[in-house]
Amino acid sequence: MNRGPMSMGRGKIGGPQYQKLDKKTTGQIIKRLGGYILKSWPLFLCAILLTFVSNHLALMGPMYSGSAIDAITGDGGVNFAMVGENIAKMLICYIVSAVMSYILSLLMIRISQRIIYTMRRQVFEKLTSLPVNYFDTNATGDIISRISYDIDTVNATLSQDLVQIMTSIYTLLGSLIFMWQISPPMIIVFAITVPISILFTRYRSKKVRPLFQARSRKLGQLNGYAEEMLSGCRTIKAYNREEEIGKRFNGRNSDAMDAYLDAEYYGAAMGPTVNFINNLSISLVMILGGILFMYSSSGAVKVGSIFFITLGGIAEFVQYSRKFAGPINEFANVLHEFQSAFSAAERVFRVIDEPSEPIDSPKAITLNSTNGKVELNNVTFGYTPEKTVLQGISVLAESGKTVAIVGPTGTGKTTIINLLMRFYDANSGVITVDDNNIQNITRSSLRRAYTMVLQDTWLFHGTIYENIVYGREMASPDEVKAAAKMARIDTYIESLPDGYNTVLSDDGVNISKGQRQLITIARAMLADNSMLILDEATSNVDSRTEIKIQQAMNELMKDRTCFVIAHRLSTIQNADLILVIQDGKITEQGTHTELMQSGGFYSTLYNSQFS
Amino acid sequence: MKTVFKYLLPFKLKISAGLTVKIIGTVVELFLPYILSHILKNVVVEQSVTKILFWGALMIICALTACFCNIWANRMAAKVSRTFSENVRRDLFDKTLRLSSKKIDEFTVPSLESRITTDTYHVHNFVGMIQRMGVRAPILLLGGVAITLIMDSFLALAMIVVLPLIFVSVFFISKNGTPLYTKVQKSVDKLIRIVREDIQGIRVIKALSKNEYEHKRFDASNKSLVKEETKAGTVMNSVNPIMTLLMNVGIVAVIALSANRVANHQSDPETVIAFMQYFTQISMSMMFISRMFVMYTKCAASAGRIAEVLNCESEITINSKKEYPDIKTDSHIVFSNVSFGYNSGFMNVKNINFELKKGGSLGIIGATGSGKSTVIKLLLRFYDITEGAIYIDGEDIRTLSPEVLYKKFGTAMQYDFIYNDTILENIRFGREISEESVLNAAETAQAADFIKSFPDGFNHMLSQNGTNISGGQKQRMLISRALAAKPEILILDDSSSALDYKTDANLRKALAENLTDTTLVTVAQRVSSVKDCDLILVLEQGEIIGAGSHEYLLENCTEYKEISESQMGGAFVE
Repeated sequence: MNRGPMSMGRGKIGGPQYQKLDKKTTGQIIKRLGGYILKSWPLFLCAILLTFVSNHLALMGPMYSGSAIDAITGDGGVNFAMVGENIAKMLICYIVSAVMSYILSLLMIRISQRIIYTMRRQVFEKLTSLPVNYFDTNATGDIISRISYDIDTVNATLSQDLVQIMTSIYTLLGSLIFMWQISPPMIIVFAITVPISILFTRYRSKKVRPLFQARSRKLGQLNGYAEEMLSGCRTIKAYNREEEIGKRFNGRNSDAMDAYLDAEYYGAAMGPTVNFINNLSISLVMILGGILFMYSSSGAVKVGSIFFITLGGIAEFVQYSRKFAGPINEFANVLHEFQSAFSAAERVFRVIDEPSEPIDSPKAITLNSTNGKVELNNVTFGYTPEKTVLQGISVLAESGKTVAIVGPTGTGKTTIINLLMRFYDANSGVITVDDNNIQNITRSSLRRAYTMVLQDTWLFHGTIYENIVYGREMASPDEVKAAAKMARIDTYIESLPDGYNTVLSDDGVNISKGQRQLITIARAMLADNSMLILDEATSNVDSRTEIKIQQAMNELMKDRTCFVIAHRLSTIQNADLILVIQDGKITEQGTHTELMQSGGFYSTLYNSQFS
Repeated sequence: MKTVFKYLLPFKLKISAGLTVKIIGTVVELFLPYILSHILKNVVVEQSVTKILFWGALMIICALTACFCNIWANRMAAKVSRTFSENVRRDLFDKTLRLSSKKIDEFTVPSLESRITTDTYHVHNFVGMIQRMGVRAPILLLGGVAITLIMDSFLALAMIVVLPLIFVSVFFISKNGTPLYTKVQKSVDKLIRIVREDIQGIRVIKALSKNEYEHKRFDASNKSLVKEETKAGTVMNSVNPIMTLLMNVGIVAVIALSANRVANHQSDPETVIAFMQYFTQISMSMMFISRMFVMYTKCAASAGRIAEVLNCESEITINSKKEYPDIKTDSHIVFSNVSFGYNSGFMNVKNINFELKKGGSLGIIGATGSGKSTVIKLLLRFYDITEGAIYIDGEDIRTLSPEVLYKKFGTAMQYDFIYNDTILENIRFGREISEESVLNAAETAQAADFIKSFPDGFNHMLSQNGTNISGGQKQRMLISRALAAKPEILILDDSSSALDYKTDANLRKALAENLTDTTLVTVAQRVSSVKDCDLILVLEQGEIIGAGSHEYLLENCTEYKEISESQMGGAFVE
């Protein structure tokens, strides 16, 4: 539909501001989007046909109305048969055209929904195959806006603008031809109005559009500020800063409103100007048409001359001139939407084109069962070439032993986990599992050999049961319950009104941090693998839950090779091997007793809690 | 609606001026089709080119007048709605910040946010639109109907029959379509939630090789979104074809009826041509009016939500000393038999009694939900207590103005507020505090070292919620903020939980050395954070089950002993 002269694009507040792409990229994007459309080519072909037919019928309407008026004004009085015939034709044209244009819009919804369904699926499936690195280096919000906002933008253009532009072109050319048939000399009117339209459109896209973009940017910023400050409303109260923060808000409020006024001030000219151009062309048509009609009706201009015009002809011409003006005004808008859509598509394609995790080498073996002997030999790694995070790490974890990793934050403790799981690959050095270099093991089987319990408990929106069984899909309900029991969360779950079917949501049951952690432990119990990676939490849970978590974790660690990023003294003291990592190097290594005797960093740290 | 539209009152004159000009502009535009038919009917017969040129020029003048009047009026409207929504938004924001905690809990923060952002936006848009189109559309409609009635009342009636149909169809389709889009939005939210979850849990998903499972989960949500969008589109896309069809059917009807009337010399074809023009104008206005009705319902709902906040009585009341008399005491803080419940009928804290000397220290410990933070919230008068009284220097806190009361405190809470600005500004928090004091505070809070390690030091920008610094760094920055104004009372509510033992110990040492006059209240889960306090309260289910020093409690309070033992090594390293 016509978004009307007042709309300046669909720009929701706060969405990305699209930059115009260069010609070459635009070409590639069009080709690629075309590829998606061609997959539904039979539908698309129908759509094109419908566009032309329905618009053609809509264009025929005024012609019949002109003939009908001529039949009314005819020399021999009203020619009722002719009037009736033309009215019937008009009705048919309009009805069929309306029905067809509705079918067309349904068709375009089908096509565009098919395309964006595929796009969303492609983006999502790509996301799950990307290396972890991608998520560490790209903001979550940005990734999400690609799969939602950007794809929406593409969708809007495919479902509306594509038809719009075809309609515009057809109507423009069609009404020009019809007007030419009525009266070629009168076309000269457009020699005046079309240039005005074009100048106006240029003014609009050069001067006014940036103002509207600035306006929505400012408003977005203002909203962001309001939300940020409200999230701190308690603190503001505690410091009695209401007035100061209110003043700051209003500074931004004023700015945003100035930007609004700026845009509106120039935007205020849009509607009236479009109307004016329309009225001007009708006035000109009337002057020229009036003169021609005067000579035609007086007989000075003969029937058949290009200057001849009837009353019906003028009526027709006025209607066509209206139809003709519309698309010119719409063009610039639609083109702008297309540009946005191309930029949006480009952002989407960039995700789809990201390189996935490299495929396993054909010789890679599949780990079925493991003894759990893990060795790191002189491993060096950095996330960027400039900065080494781990340097020359060598560790031997015998089957069933516990290795505690200890050290200040940011010294590379979690990096070791990333390397063991092959979320990242070491720059140099070798890691082996049961004496197999992990480079020669398929990623999925290597990862499945580990059970991982991380500090940030990860539960998804679903029932408790679904969240536990996630560890091993084939597990029976009894096994799930047994795992919950071992994790010491079974009584709690059963006390809930919906038991295992309780849906975990952000706004649903109030399930505490500690209980969430126990559920992830239950999931890990169910997975039942020979190796365990544990990131002990320092989270705030009350002491009773804390004791439960410890018991559950001890249960989990039994008979497994464990790598623990340790925070609890009991875990550390009982570990078979303690690694003290500082600045990416292992500075101390040994059992608790050994390290206490050597009197290094570990012993200072240990003693500090008693000071 | 009333409350919000009061904000328009100051602009009465401007709005009337704007509307008058708008009316002139619109009426002038209504003349155009009339002149058009006049030229065809009366002028052409006179066989005078000059006369045609004259009337044509008149048309152009009318068009120009309409254009200028409308632009002028639109600009006027923009100015009005600019100031209008600035004022509404300003007052709403100010009021929101001053709402009592109880009211904030009732409204919820997300809802208050959307009132400031979305609801003001809707009202603003509506006020702008009603000034631009609210007059123009009815005048085009009524004026058009009036003129056509004068020109040929019979034909006009035929046309008027179609108008309600346009109104009904546009109004109802839009009305039914809106809930469908709400459904679409819900589906979108669901889809986004899955993507967000999976980005956060990517390591777990990879570790368990759950790609297929997640693909299926996403696919189901993707499919349901497609379904909802198709449904909504199917309904909403019918508006235009129906509208166009009705408009054209009206024109056909006019022509059909006119044939007979022309034959009987009751009408003439020129009138028909004018009618076709008017009818296009009238039906477009009708469509606008129907849309405005839909927008009005939306705007009224928004205005209602805004008014709810603006009208709510919730500012903190300062009570008289008669009502809440002073007591004689040399203690700095006194809790006397304090009980409080967030909801009536259930007390979240019961019978809290304690006294704290100036410069003394209080520790509060207990499980989550035991009421520790509630005690702090009562001391800060976020909520008014149900029973008992709280005194600072012998004065009931209900008799102190917020300025006086909050000046006494420096507070660092657990998930406290860090905003997108420099570290310096985050510590200052809009107060006038010298750089030297900020530096001193940062040093005491053990934050100076990490702050100085940034190349731009105190001018380092923090992101929203401080996501670009670690948990321990955040806490030290927040403590710096609490210390910066050298408060009488320092409140640390679970605000050192992310610090390692060594830093925590250093912090406590520095606090003891530098803030000898400051009364300290510490809420913690860790025994080590409170063990040096003069007085430790152990809370369970809102009641004090143990009070005394660390040594005393170890011997006399089993719960305290249990907690203490379970926590050995609890946060061995950060």
